[in-house]
Amino acid sequence: MKLSGAEIFIECLKAEKVDTIFGYPGGAVLFLYDELYKAENRGDLRHILARHEQGAVHAAEGYAKSSDKVGVAIVTSGPGATNAVTGIADAYMDSVPLVVISGNVPKDLIGKDSFQEIDIVGITRPCVKHNFLVTCIEDIAPVMKKAFHIASTGRPGPVLVDIPKDLTNPAVKKIEFNYPKELVMRSYQPTLKGNKKQIKSAIKMIAEAKKPILYAGGGVITSNAHNELTEFGRLYNFPVTNTLMGLGCYPSNDQQFIGMLGMHGTVEANRAMHYADLIICVGARFDDRVTGDLKKFSPDAKVIHIDIDPASISKNRPAQNPIVGDVKEVLQSMLAEIKEQKIVPDKSAYDAWWSEIKEWQKLDCLAYEQDDKIIKAQYVVDMLCKVTNGDAFVASDVGQHQMFAAQYYRFNHPKRWINSGGLGTMGFGLPAAMGVQFANPDDTVACVTGDGSIQMCIQELGCSKQYGLPLNIINLNNGYLGMVRQWQEFFYEERYAMTYNQSLPDFVKLAEAYGHIGKRIDNPADVEDALREAVEDKKNLHFLDFVVEEQGNVYPMIPAGYGHNEMYLNKQDAIEDAIKKSKLLEND
Amino acid sequence: MRHIISLLMENEAGALSRVSGLFSQRGYNIESLTVAATDDPTLSRMTVVTKGNDASIEQIVKQLNKLIDVVKVMELSDYPHIEREMMFVKIRADSNEVCAAIKLNVDIFRARIIDVTKKMYTIEVTGSPEKLDAFLNALKDNTIIEVVRTGAMGIPRGSASLTI
Repeated sequence: MKLSGAEIFIECLKAEKVDTIFGYPGGAVLFLYDELYKAENRGDLRHILARHEQGAVHAAEGYAKSSDKVGVAIVTSGPGATNAVTGIADAYMDSVPLVVISGNVPKDLIGKDSFQEIDIVGITRPCVKHNFLVTCIEDIAPVMKKAFHIASTGRPGPVLVDIPKDLTNPAVKKIEFNYPKELVMRSYQPTLKGNKKQIKSAIKMIAEAKKPILYAGGGVITSNAHNELTEFGRLYNFPVTNTLMGLGCYPSNDQQFIGMLGMHGTVEANRAMHYADLIICVGARFDDRVTGDLKKFSPDAKVIHIDIDPASISKNRPAQNPIVGDVKEVLQSMLAEIKEQKIVPDKSAYDAWWSEIKEWQKLDCLAYEQDDKIIKAQYVVDMLCKVTNGDAFVASDVGQHQMFAAQYYRFNHPKRWINSGGLGTMGFGLPAAMGVQFANPDDTVACVTGDGSIQMCIQELGCSKQYGLPLNIINLNNGYLGMVRQWQEFFYEERYAMTYNQSLPDFVKLAEAYGHIGKRIDNPADVEDALREAVEDKKNLHFLDFVVEEQGNVYPMIPAGYGHNEMYLNKQDAIEDAIKKSKLLEND
Repeated sequence: MRHIISLLMENEAGALSRVSGLFSQRGYNIESLTVAATDDPTLSRMTVVTKGNDASIEQIVKQLNKLIDVVKVMELSDYPHIEREMMFVKIRADSNEVCAAIKLNVDIFRARIIDVTKKMYTIEVTGSPEKLDAFLNALKDNTIIEVVRTGAMGIPRGSASLTI
């Protein structure tokens, strides 16, 4: 039977076992939506109507990040496509497998500055893993096959498929549908198995190390290698630190876990990185928020770097031992090799190393005091972790609240922590949380956000209502763009340019206007109960507006250009540093 | 350091802009870039001349390899190789004296005069980029009207090759 382009599109989605697709309709995708409508009525798949294309793409990201599936979003041409760009770029930075379908104007209108025409393939080229402009109906199926393959294999990422409207029109052309079964691309064959020689020499390096550290990132989660990583870590009693993206890939309640590293990481993790003699980097990429000033970063360490993306290795920090491959496969080969060779590390050196680390842990750098008057943001996250037994899915926006969530919610499982790490997209949290809830309908999903971020995709409260998502929105409302304000406090002599959020809406009324339950909490004594009530309600979305300390800061902090042994632990450190710097200036 | 990189890529719309885009996005230099289809019409061969230290060239090669349309990358500078560039020069030749001087240089550089009009010579010259520079330098007392250079292309010597 001959099918139209739009019908072929639906068949491709079915062949890829897509059950949920996020999107927003428009002129160029009318034929596709017509078939989506029929497919939904047949029960083939469901379409989730976001309230903005950015929301649709973030929701697809949340869906993909919290499941093993590719996220799928569909948008129309022109503004629909440009609105999707932020989400696509976000997925690119965080290696999220995504297929985004954009409609375009009919082929003969391309290049004529037609209504709602934009070169979205050109616009997204720097922020996609790959993209396609489909030029004939015959190409729809093979391109869709390639798109899903590219998005989900190797280092995953977003793939955009741009389809001109006429290709989907049943009146223009119909063809037989054949979905390619096998796909071999001569130009794309990711390396999965690690090089044997490199693995052998890595184990030798481990055997010689006296101060090793296991530094694991999002790649471990992407590759589903948390069990292998945990086994590997425990086998040698390594101190383990996670990147922001890697939280949950090693259980945070494990004795060997020394916390997140980087700009707002723990003292023990950062000092351990600084003084280590061997860094075993697994699925992480020495991002600047991790390393700070590369010249000062971990001066004495050799590096074993395991990553599926060769371009991530020796990009920022040269690796003495690069191992290209899928993290899971490489760790499995390493474990097998270790067992065969029976290599025993230097026990006394490890003991000395651990006692050094334990001294740093005694600083208890995440300690804070909650009085009975003003709610601390840290306390809210602490309580959220408590009432959900550390087992909820937590999506976050970007800013101080994101760091608090990363520091104080103790993730013990992978894929529970959903945040925008690379691009740092304010507005990510709420739509991402929706996607998470669609993928995990029976689980508790919280969105930790702030009064700045939540307003960037607030419209998705409408989508959450339409589909009855029982999200728990934890708004840490300090009345400021807190993270920017913190930098202004430290480095711009407290000139708070545009960071005070004037004219904030009444979030309770706003939530209610969308049909949700809203609550404002300003008494520390009420925090736990409000959270418990929200979490226990599996039917309604609760928007909890926590009025928290106005000018609280995220500590510890490595200021830009500082070494990992030069952190601010508290306000006093920041003040003393400022005085020191001004004296240096005077002496000049 | 100057490096010359050869690549094979799928002969598809947009492939060229993916490569040139990569250089601008990541702040790499392009000195020259040439591209055309090979004997296999599904493949294009590109030669890029760039500058950078060893670490940045390693990154460029890795990033090029990462592009989905790129089939193979070879850093020609790592191998004994041959490099050639072609150039057209249009030059004022309006007196016997000038014509003779030009002709002399054309002979020395083994160039060819491919178009002659009353006042103009158009010269074709092929060689290493340095030779082309030297040729222009030799003509610097003349009035050069127009210069067209292809940019370098290269091929490894002997049995080394960039094929699939």
